[in-house]
Amino acid sequence: MTGKRARRTSETASPGAAIRLPDVIASWFRARRWQPRPHQLALLEAAAEHRSTLLIAPTGAGKTLAGFLPSLVSLSQRRSEKKGAGLRVLYVSPLKALTVDIERNLATPIAEMGLKIRTETRTGDTSVARRQRQRIKPPEILLTTPEQVALLLSHPDAAYLFADLETVILDELHALAASKRGDLLALDLARLNTIAASPPMMIGLSATVARPTELRAFLVPQTSPDERTELSHLVVAEGGARPEVTILELDEPVPWSGHSARYAIHEIYAALQRHRLTIVFVNTRMQAELVFQELWRVNDRNLPIGLHHGSLDAARRRKVEAAMAAGTLRAVVATSTLDLGIDWGDIDLVVHVGAPKGASRFAQRIGRANHRIDEPSRALLVPANRFEVLECRAALEAAEAGAQDAELSRAGALDVLAQHTLGVACSGPFSPDALFAEVRSASPYSALSRATFDRVVDFVATGGYALRAYERFAKLRPDGEGRLRIAHPRVAQQYRLNAGTIVESPVIKVRLVGKRTLAGHRKGKPVQGGRVLGEIDEYFIEQLEPGATFAFAGEIVRFEGMRDTEAFVSRSNASDPMVPSYAGGKFPLSTHLAMRVRRMLADRDRWRVLPAPVAQWLELQAEHSAIPAEDEVLVETFPRDKRHYLVAYPFEGRLAHQTLGMLLTRRLERSGARPLGFVANDYGLAVWGARDMSAMIAAGDLDLGRLFEVDMLGDDLDAWLAGSSLMKRTFRIAAVIAGLIERRHPGREKSGRQVTMSTDLVYDVLRKHDPGHILLEAAWADTATGLLDVARLGEFLNRIRGRIRHQSLVRVSPLSVPLLLEIGVEPVSQRSREDILREAALEMMREASAPTGQ
Amino acid sequence: MLQMKPDRLGIDEFQDQPMSLCGKSFRADMSGALYWPGERALIVADLHLEKGSAFAARGQMLPPYDTRETLARLARVIDRYEAETVIALGDSFHDSHGPDRMMPEDREALRTIQQHCEWIWVKGNHDPEISSGAGGVVVPSLAVEGITLCHEPDEGRDSHEIAGHLHPAARVTMNGFTLRRPCFVGNGRRLVMPAFGAYTGGLNVLSTAFEPLFGLGGMNVWMLGQEGCYPVASRLLSED
Repeated sequence: MTGKRARRTSETASPGAAIRLPDVIASWFRARRWQPRPHQLALLEAAAEHRSTLLIAPTGAGKTLAGFLPSLVSLSQRRSEKKGAGLRVLYVSPLKALTVDIERNLATPIAEMGLKIRTETRTGDTSVARRQRQRIKPPEILLTTPEQVALLLSHPDAAYLFADLETVILDELHALAASKRGDLLALDLARLNTIAASPPMMIGLSATVARPTELRAFLVPQTSPDERTELSHLVVAEGGARPEVTILELDEPVPWSGHSARYAIHEIYAALQRHRLTIVFVNTRMQAELVFQELWRVNDRNLPIGLHHGSLDAARRRKVEAAMAAGTLRAVVATSTLDLGIDWGDIDLVVHVGAPKGASRFAQRIGRANHRIDEPSRALLVPANRFEVLECRAALEAAEAGAQDAELSRAGALDVLAQHTLGVACSGPFSPDALFAEVRSASPYSALSRATFDRVVDFVATGGYALRAYERFAKLRPDGEGRLRIAHPRVAQQYRLNAGTIVESPVIKVRLVGKRTLAGHRKGKPVQGGRVLGEIDEYFIEQLEPGATFAFAGEIVRFEGMRDTEAFVSRSNASDPMVPSYAGGKFPLSTHLAMRVRRMLADRDRWRVLPAPVAQWLELQAEHSAIPAEDEVLVETFPRDKRHYLVAYPFEGRLAHQTLGMLLTRRLERSGARPLGFVANDYGLAVWGARDMSAMIAAGDLDLGRLFEVDMLGDDLDAWLAGSSLMKRTFRIAAVIAGLIERRHPGREKSGRQVTMSTDLVYDVLRKHDPGHILLEAAWADTATGLLDVARLGEFLNRIRGRIRHQSLVRVSPLSVPLLLEIGVEPVSQRSREDILREAALEMMREASAPTGQ
Repeated sequence: MLQMKPDRLGIDEFQDQPMSLCGKSFRADMSGALYWPGERALIVADLHLEKGSAFAARGQMLPPYDTRETLARLARVIDRYEAETVIALGDSFHDSHGPDRMMPEDREALRTIQQHCEWIWVKGNHDPEISSGAGGVVVPSLAVEGITLCHEPDEGRDSHEIAGHLHPAARVTMNGFTLRRPCFVGNGRRLVMPAFGAYTGGLNVLSTAFEPLFGLGGMNVWMLGQEGCYPVASRLLSED
């Protein structure tokens, strides 16, 4: 593979061998003393033959220019005659901001080359008037997002609009594919292939990925999906200078648990001082708040340090971005919101607090430092606890080897297909046979069966219920020529209001109010005004009591109360906030890194590269319990504090461990071990119970092989999931995407809770009366992949069959300490709702029966 | 971290709760229905039958099983108390065309119940008219033993009243955990019933709509769980 890759790029490395640039472009390159890079030429060569191509290039390799170069060449030459509106190039990016950035970056070369090419963006922010005009008189190059493409395709004039389309450029394809947005995009590409006068060339731009095959298949129509997978052409750019990654090592021992890296804050601060502009990446929004607080606490020199994460108000984020670009900031603490694309400034250091969890994400993040390919990126890894030392070491080795995580391939989501089907119907009558073939030409849907497709169409038309109650309200009706059309123009309006695959979880605006307003509030006056700090998940606010303090938007604030759908807070002078724990936004450890961690653990020779306290910790573990071999799973049982623990170390990531924990407790309950609770992290899980599990295993009452049998993913999983709030959450998202539940819209929105409420009721009724319904099937698939990592858990259970290494111990083992320390830190994720009510009622009874006169 | 349940009390302890109004005793059932032993009558509010099909007619194809679910639940509690009369306190249908949209099986289920007990529809704002096809007797409101049974509670009413309309729900926070459930809310004069329908949401009892009804004297709240009906102290309640 590498040999092939090298040959392809070196073939095209001799400039001008196969491709002659038009004079305007060639002289533009000369004027800047630039040489077209080999991969840019390779792409031009492929484009000359109109071959769809995937370009894989690291950050800073001139990927975007490479993507547009063929179009600039073709638009600078004589253009073919217009058959439609004249739109030639469609650029699709996952980020609105990226389209604006690209427009700006394209404007310069287009102007300098003196080309007459009109370039415009189209996003949710574009004015209605402009959007309407764009449908009739589009620019030659339109820069937009997948959602906008879907909306454009749903209009009856879509065929006219896209008739002249020659090229589609898909930026950051690795971030889009293998998600619901990617599914929507794939269906849109299939549609474009159908309606353009001749099938457009697709150019996919991607960061380095482990399995380019899936992205290559994404770019080309799958004409005979049952027989073969069609792949696009592939161009791989040479990797740039190797990144310089170091792990921060201090004399102080790394803490046993926790995620704040408070112990290393002075060293991080010192690193900031040595660099122009640093991004401090963390894994969760709350971690961002914490690290930001800590940095300011030690910021004696008053360095301008900013904060950037998804909960912050958009205006505040834009301000930070502008300050980065202008060079007025020295550091930004950020979450994945800064992972993608845009060049925000001259970043020369990336600090990663906490382990990066995935090799690909880490590579992407390192790439943020120095967007120039021939200079090495510099990164500093700061493990927050002992396990993370192992993980950081694994990430570093992965980065040195240029290794990537392999994403598991997934089938296209059915809720997205439902939305797309309605969109197609809105553009005009369609033949189910033709649409089925078109849908299957999109790679995520190439395995779709006709029966499932028909169920989706039926769902769109009448809700698809076993009880045929809604035929008379059908949204799709036969047109008498074997096609289906929408029953009423209102259907198209509804579609346009609800299109898109991004369903936000209900959020609450957070407003900061002053002392005076607050004093008024305490006297019962309504609260008004206050600056919006950002948005926070509803479930988090729900758990707060007035007076609770938390870190948000870089400040410590005190929760005062709610007003309609807004939370209001005041400034607090508390030095230690009650730190909230976000369930969302934590990435589970990737399979690839997990494998590296297991290997490192098993190989004693490699402990030498670890800091002394960590190596000693592992030695202790070897002495008191055991170190599992690479292909084993270690299970320990021991008593502690009148409880009995069972601890397992699968190293399969938090999601899979939580699922495993749920299922193990169910099974332990059945075998009479009387489990009381469990805790999971990225490395393992601990279950505790009332009975001595060591003794049960010794007496043969508990069989570990049976306990970890893969069949737990059958009935146990189904039974647990059916009533779980996880399922309700994914059902809500699927119901909104599929159009069963209407989206909220500004102005006429119900509160998020009301929506949540009603989808839960709908879910309960549907599960009871129509358990085979297609939306339940879709929600189950989403939950299994997105929230539970069922596939990964399944692979694990199969892998360790007969390879369970059990250690019966008299006391807690060294390896289990970080895990046990998480007990009480993690919020209780599941709890019997009935118990809350029961306790509340008992509380009332205690009160009523209390002796009087107290 | 998962916290398992403490040892359970007997389930029957919470299945229904006694309450009294105007000297009469009632039983508040965990299903959201109210049984009046003296009258052998079961009172339910806000069934919102055919809400699913009302949405479907407007293009939102909610599952068409709400009517059968609501009627099946109702039939179970009628059986439990061996009620002889059913009083539906208004908004029994999501709209006045509801009875016409009922599936034949659901209409049959309703008729079967009506054969076994006397059925009284009190009119509501969603169903100001109820066609004769729905069976039963239709009344604007009902006065029994000094208690007015009506759809909308009326703060100015002199007599005791049992009403629906507001879909009361309560939010309780215990040890940092929050739960929001439909509830009965009342004081010695007045009782507002939870909505019984399968697709009905709730309005927090601490919202302003309840203020004029319960004033300063305070309110009693009985929250509905999966296994019981629970009296909850109002100081434990919180706003949304």
